[in-house]
Amino acid sequence: MTPRRRRLVLVLAILAGVAIAGTLALQAFRENVMFFFDPTQVAKGEAPKGERFRLGGMVEKGSVVREPGKLEVQFVVTDFQRSVPVHYAGVLPDLFREGQGVVAHGKLGADGVFTADEVLAKHDENYMPPEVTRSLKSPAQPAGSARPSTPAVAPQG
Amino acid sequence: MLPELGHFALILALLLAGLQAFFGLAAPALGRDRWLAAVVPATAGQAVMVATAFACLVASFVRFDFSVAYVAQNSNSALPLVYRIAAVWGAHEGSLLLWIVLLACWTVAVAFGVARMPVRFGARVLGVLGLVSFGFLLFTLATSNPFLRLDPAAPDGRDLNPLLQDPGLAMHPPLLYTGYVGFSVAFAFAIAAMLEGRLDQAWARWTRPWTLAAWAFLTLGIALGSWWAYYELGWGGYWFWDPVENASFMPWLVGTALIHSLSVTDKRGLFKSWTLLLAIVAFSLSLLGTFLVRSGVLVSVHSFAADPARGVFILAFLVIMIGGALTLYAWRAPLLKSDAGFEFASRESFLLFNNILLVIAAATVFGGTLAPLISDSLGLGTLSVGPQYFNPTFLLPMLPLIALVAIGVHANWKRGRLQARKRPVVVAGLAGLAVSAALVFGYYAGRPGLALVSFALGAWLVLSSLVDPVDRLRRGLTLPRAIVGMTLAHVALGVFVIAITAVETYTAERDIALARGETAHVGGFDFRFEGIDAIEGPNYDGVHGVVQVLRDGQPVVTLHPEKRRYLVQQSVMTEAAIASQAGRDLFVALGDDLGAGRWSLRIQIRPLVNYVWIAAALMALGGLIAASDRRYRPSRVPAAEPVATGQGSAA
Repeated sequence: MTPRRRRLVLVLAILAGVAIAGTLALQAFRENVMFFFDPTQVAKGEAPKGERFRLGGMVEKGSVVREPGKLEVQFVVTDFQRSVPVHYAGVLPDLFREGQGVVAHGKLGADGVFTADEVLAKHDENYMPPEVTRSLKSPAQPAGSARPSTPAVAPQG
Repeated sequence: MLPELGHFALILALLLAGLQAFFGLAAPALGRDRWLAAVVPATAGQAVMVATAFACLVASFVRFDFSVAYVAQNSNSALPLVYRIAAVWGAHEGSLLLWIVLLACWTVAVAFGVARMPVRFGARVLGVLGLVSFGFLLFTLATSNPFLRLDPAAPDGRDLNPLLQDPGLAMHPPLLYTGYVGFSVAFAFAIAAMLEGRLDQAWARWTRPWTLAAWAFLTLGIALGSWWAYYELGWGGYWFWDPVENASFMPWLVGTALIHSLSVTDKRGLFKSWTLLLAIVAFSLSLLGTFLVRSGVLVSVHSFAADPARGVFILAFLVIMIGGALTLYAWRAPLLKSDAGFEFASRESFLLFNNILLVIAAATVFGGTLAPLISDSLGLGTLSVGPQYFNPTFLLPMLPLIALVAIGVHANWKRGRLQARKRPVVVAGLAGLAVSAALVFGYYAGRPGLALVSFALGAWLVLSSLVDPVDRLRRGLTLPRAIVGMTLAHVALGVFVIAITAVETYTAERDIALARGETAHVGGFDFRFEGIDAIEGPNYDGVHGVVQVLRDGQPVVTLHPEKRRYLVQQSVMTEAAIASQAGRDLFVALGDDLGAGRWSLRIQIRPLVNYVWIAAALMALGGLIAASDRRYRPSRVPAAEPVATGQGSAA
């Protein structure tokens, strides 16, 4: 092979590789990305039925119900306007608490109950997922739920 | 007094870094050779000042100085000494200072190294490093000063985040940053070469050991972080494709491409501009990683409190450094012609494909990591990208890469004559397939498919990499360290592939509710729950569960998964109990009291998971061994460099 032809072959091979990788990555991306919805969006029917998505909000006070000795637990995720009941069977994270932010991964059933296969509460008590913060930023938020703001790292400088 | 001294030292360090950058870059550019003499003193002064500042912060932590805001937020009077020291880099301000300290360490080492290189080139390298250091010092002083006082002083500290009170995490940031920061050396060498307008094989030989060392530390840092996440976060996973993990993984992928591309530039004088580009990109990704972590734009377990000013500053710094470097590259790279050729099946070709695949892998990780950010800022909805995306897209370029390595280690430079080496490659391949079949159908008994392929690839790589060194030893030849290191890293990669395949395919896990005396059967083991005991630690109390593990009725081990309550922050932490056996980890985490005498438990059996980290550590060791090869040791008479290093194992 002449140097020119070899270079051509190489360039074509690289382009083909990049194109294939790009297409497949996009494909995987489209199929596997999970969107985030808050309870109001779920109530409006914006969340897909039968597809996994992330549900985020506050765990409503007094909503955590568990039959003694059973792994299954039910709680309500709220954004103080609408709320969604959640079912989960598994070990809850350390920072899962009533009145705290939470993100659940799972599917919405036809009965309007969200069945979670993963529940996340972030590892900082004052931490709130930005999506949750944003969806909670509404005038309807009752004063009782406002926690004293004590950021983990005080603003300086 | 100490905090003020530290603050003052930081300001002096900033000024000295400015001088180091100015003299280092301006002297060669303006032809003022007399200024060259100022570069090394400025560098030394900067390093001393940075070390002083760091020592002051450490002392403030050790002496419980809660009048310093940063200490008050991250320490406590009950915190043990070792974690008071680790708390120095437990949050944003201190970890930035750690970044700067490590940069100073690298700079001092480079100053010794470049003493044997052309003086103007050395000055430029130190100048670029000074510029990087200047940027970070300015950032620290302007937005993240760790020495700010609290008035009045806090009576006691708020304590270090309990998650970080762990030996693994004490070491993770220093190692990871050593790797991150180390790429600044390759970057500085690249910029200096472009400023000189000259890039020869000697340049590549100077750059290689630094890049190898940085890569090795980054490997160790990532592995340690993954290990920490595994046993401390209590989720039982070792890699989550978390944005911050990705932020450290992208420079690693590009850095891996860089060390291979450098070898071509070194041995054959090829890929010059590509090598330069990789050096720029590897460091840019390190900076980007810092930006992603520090600015809080990404959601992650690692993100510290967000502060927009910090984000804007790092972004500006990023744009100046990367933009400047790429502009210089666009201007100078076309001048670097290499006219040597190579045949299709030569080692150069294999390394080229290695580079392409690694860069593609880095690009898919990059896309997945930044997609949520982009989608969010364009108002396209809030999305998250998880393992469902990363696993297949990452595997796609990686599987062919493993096959290419297994064949490519036998290819010759320049000539594409693989025919002569066909036998060992094929035999190793068949042996790999046999090992894979034995594992899938024999030992683990089930779930063929991808596991069959990747076990075979891993085993093939291990065997194929060993053929050449074993052959050399049998012929009575000694092995130069470069080859020992390379072989070790490639074998470790093969082991890594096998271990990952086993964990991903054959992990058994279950969340279960158990009362005292009840047994759960998971993956061939019985886990008998024997109740709960109270425990007490220096700054926490809590409970631990007693879980007796049995196999075929015979007791194997007793595990004590803990649930700790840290007293100062009143936060609850799960400490998983892990028993490591030769072939698997038995993992039990204690969940909640479910009432009616039952507790929830998370039980996992992860085969070969330990070898994931052992392999990563061996890869890093291989990098360090290769970096110490005689060939890279600068000799005062560069012309006398022998072509073959037959007796490299002495000293």
